[in-house]
Amino acid sequence: MIDSNFISKCKNIFGAENVLTEKADLITYSYDATPGIPREIPGVVVFPENTKQVQEMIFLARQAKVPIYPRGAGTCLSGGPVPLNKGVVISFQKMNKIIEIDPDNLTATVQPGVIIADLNNAVSKYGLLYPPDPGSMATATVGGSVAENSGGLRGLKYGVTKHYIMGMEIVLPTGEIFRYGGKTVKNVTAYDFTSLFVGSEGTLGIITEIICKLIPTPKYRKSMIAFFDKLEDAGKTVTDIVRAHVIPATLEIMDKVTIQTVENYAKAGLPTDVEALLLIEVDGMGKDSVEWEAENCIEIIKNNNGKFKIAETDQERDSLWAARRAALPALAQVKPATILEDATVPRTKLVDMLVSIQKIAKKYNLLIGTFGHAGDGNLHPTILIDPLDKDEMERLHKAVDEIFDVALSFGGTLSGEHGIGIAKLKYLKDEIGRSGVETMRRIKQALDPDNILNPGKLVPMED
Amino acid sequence: MAKTVFDDLETLKRELIRCMKCGNCMAVCPIYNVEKKESSVARGKIALGEAVLEDKINIDDETLVKLIFNCLVCKSCMMACPSGVRFDRIILGLRSAIAKKKGIPFIKKALFGLLKNPELFDKGMKAFATMQGLFFKKEDEKTRTPKGFLKQFGKRFDDDFVLPELTKESFRDKVNEVMDVQNPQANVIFFTGCSVNYFYPEVGQDLLYVLKRNNIKVITPRNQNCCGMPVMVHGDIETARELAKKNLQVFESFNPQYIVTVCGSCGSALKHEYPIILEGDTVYEKKAKKWAEKIYDISTFLLKIIKFEPPKGKVELKVTYHDSCHLKKSMKVFNEPRQLLKMIPGLTLVEMKKPDACCGSGGSYHLTHADTALKITQAKAEDIKQTQADVVCTGCPACMMELFEGIHRWDGKCKVLHTVNLLAESYKKEA
Repeated sequence: MIDSNFISKCKNIFGAENVLTEKADLITYSYDATPGIPREIPGVVVFPENTKQVQEMIFLARQAKVPIYPRGAGTCLSGGPVPLNKGVVISFQKMNKIIEIDPDNLTATVQPGVIIADLNNAVSKYGLLYPPDPGSMATATVGGSVAENSGGLRGLKYGVTKHYIMGMEIVLPTGEIFRYGGKTVKNVTAYDFTSLFVGSEGTLGIITEIICKLIPTPKYRKSMIAFFDKLEDAGKTVTDIVRAHVIPATLEIMDKVTIQTVENYAKAGLPTDVEALLLIEVDGMGKDSVEWEAENCIEIIKNNNGKFKIAETDQERDSLWAARRAALPALAQVKPATILEDATVPRTKLVDMLVSIQKIAKKYNLLIGTFGHAGDGNLHPTILIDPLDKDEMERLHKAVDEIFDVALSFGGTLSGEHGIGIAKLKYLKDEIGRSGVETMRRIKQALDPDNILNPGKLVPMED
Repeated sequence: MAKTVFDDLETLKRELIRCMKCGNCMAVCPIYNVEKKESSVARGKIALGEAVLEDKINIDDETLVKLIFNCLVCKSCMMACPSGVRFDRIILGLRSAIAKKKGIPFIKKALFGLLKNPELFDKGMKAFATMQGLFFKKEDEKTRTPKGFLKQFGKRFDDDFVLPELTKESFRDKVNEVMDVQNPQANVIFFTGCSVNYFYPEVGQDLLYVLKRNNIKVITPRNQNCCGMPVMVHGDIETARELAKKNLQVFESFNPQYIVTVCGSCGSALKHEYPIILEGDTVYEKKAKKWAEKIYDISTFLLKIIKFEPPKGKVELKVTYHDSCHLKKSMKVFNEPRQLLKMIPGLTLVEMKKPDACCGSGGSYHLTHADTALKITQAKAEDIKQTQADVVCTGCPACMMELFEGIHRWDGKCKVLHTVNLLAESYKKEA
């Protein structure tokens, strides 16, 4: 229980200036970026500045049987940091030092509160790159994105967060401080803890230090945009490009509703009579290989009846990208609220999925604009709604249920990059089955016997 | 009169639900960048507004009031918002509701009351100018620092605090109300703003000089009022409305072709805030909208409205340009001043790291929230220092004061000037 005694112990650990207890302050930690999930006001918010304080907090919380909710910048799209059962929010905003950049081992060691964009700015001085680039990278923290295993636009070629984590320091739910991994490329000592802790959504341990893998920044790139009168042609272009062994850094799709909305909003000069557009960028260290990849893409676009534009200058590239960047803002203008999903299917099922989403939109009389990472089969159907319209909200929930059903029927997954959290908890069993859920419970119980770490997320503890 | 966000909090609901809580505002909020707290940023304040409407917390809750007033109203968040949340309406609406419930503190009330009466305000400012020695000691001809006893009024008034000399004869007193030229290519009202009138008369003088060189007839109405921005941001919408109406009457009475401003905040108030605060007013909404179309920052006016005569005098200076928040984020003016500077022969323009990061002034924010503001100003001062420029130039006198202090505090050597100062200098050197 959080009482005055508990609060004063928190103040002893963190210093009074790093403990928030006023209701108005606490209200601002009751949400993340997930629409339509419950909000809860935490009992207290603390800002650790070192690992020792995190450990002491765990000891205190275990003793008092108070749940702990770790939080980065709160840009999560599945409810990860929301303090469902009140409790303590640990905000890592002030643990934000880049401890070391090691350009020879191609690593960066950071505290969890470092903003992803800040890390990239820092390593860019060495010509290096930390590839995971979720849409919120200008705000989101490395710690939060590790906990959620965030993706981004570069997923197809460069992978996602889990591919760039070489080691971590973690405070376990029992209070022990645990380190694994390091700067070596190869390391098969013990279990593969990266796979266990990355994407564990704060349920298995609190991340206090991260060793990230870096890569040299590609020197050359080429962007193009392609328009298609038929959805099928766009879909075939995506699979043909991969079949031709070209792996673009970016392979994005926008459907008709999105294109029309973007054009209406940004007047970017997009044709509004096409069914889909693809935004493609190839990159690499060699000029010739990048040219070869670009030529291959153009050939494939032509063969699939696409019209295209190639960006010759940085300015032209920016204008192509402006269309993609305007997708969400443009859609958000249409209605007061937007629900962004991220059901993901195998690349070859992309068109089937798009067609299904269009059918669902029609069936429930909803406006859905779909855009997303075509190369990953990771689509973002964006449902535009008015939260004050009760009837529309009911139709929305039914449509979302159906989108997940369809994605799973295509051999896809509930979430490509946003996570399960609270938002998709009820669908979990549909994908991994009873035995899968049971396995998750056993792992959770083994590491967090008191269930104090981010309870109510990712792992359904009861049927 | 129709209900606006300033009169009825319920109407805020429509504005609040647009926020997706995506957190994009966190990447650009100068206060969040320093404090790292959710309540620092727009998203957190929107959540507080929602909690008030859901009866989870009272609008006059002491902490809530503090948090809602912890905002520079710099509008950076609005530039980064993908859903087009109109945060200016939200923050001013919340502050207005607080002001109504709690009343306006006595000192603020007395000051705002004074603003409504321009003659009294003018007398007050001049009286203060003659007495400024009691509070602030002279450091040199144009600079003052606070006396020891002022320290009790806030952290800001330490030994490093400086402010420009308050002029004993205001700008509007010094100049003729009408500056006539032969065959003018346009006629304008010069809306001076209070800072130019009392602190930076030389900016006003240089503006007149520049306009004269471009053959513009200028009326500087003596009876113009404060633009209302300072009272608006404190939630005193009624006073702001009164000032707006008075200014609109002044515009109507002279009926010029255009109105020019040299202050981002004044320009923003006249062009963007008046139509908002006068929404639903049967007489003044129309007037506000009509005049909004004719209000231009001086840089836009010179480059886009008239035939501009480029200055030819050499000004061999390295200059860096600071974007005033209200000039860039509200009036969307950021290209024109740079274009003008580049036209001055001999002048080299160097960009600082984040030219459009807030300077930390926020009107009275830098006094009421000295700790946070000083850190924001320090970052700005250091970015300026790195450019090794001789001059930092900007389009807003409030920024000028803040930059002046920041540079003084962190040992910069850079001079602070307004864009029109440099233009005038170039014209004057032509001979």
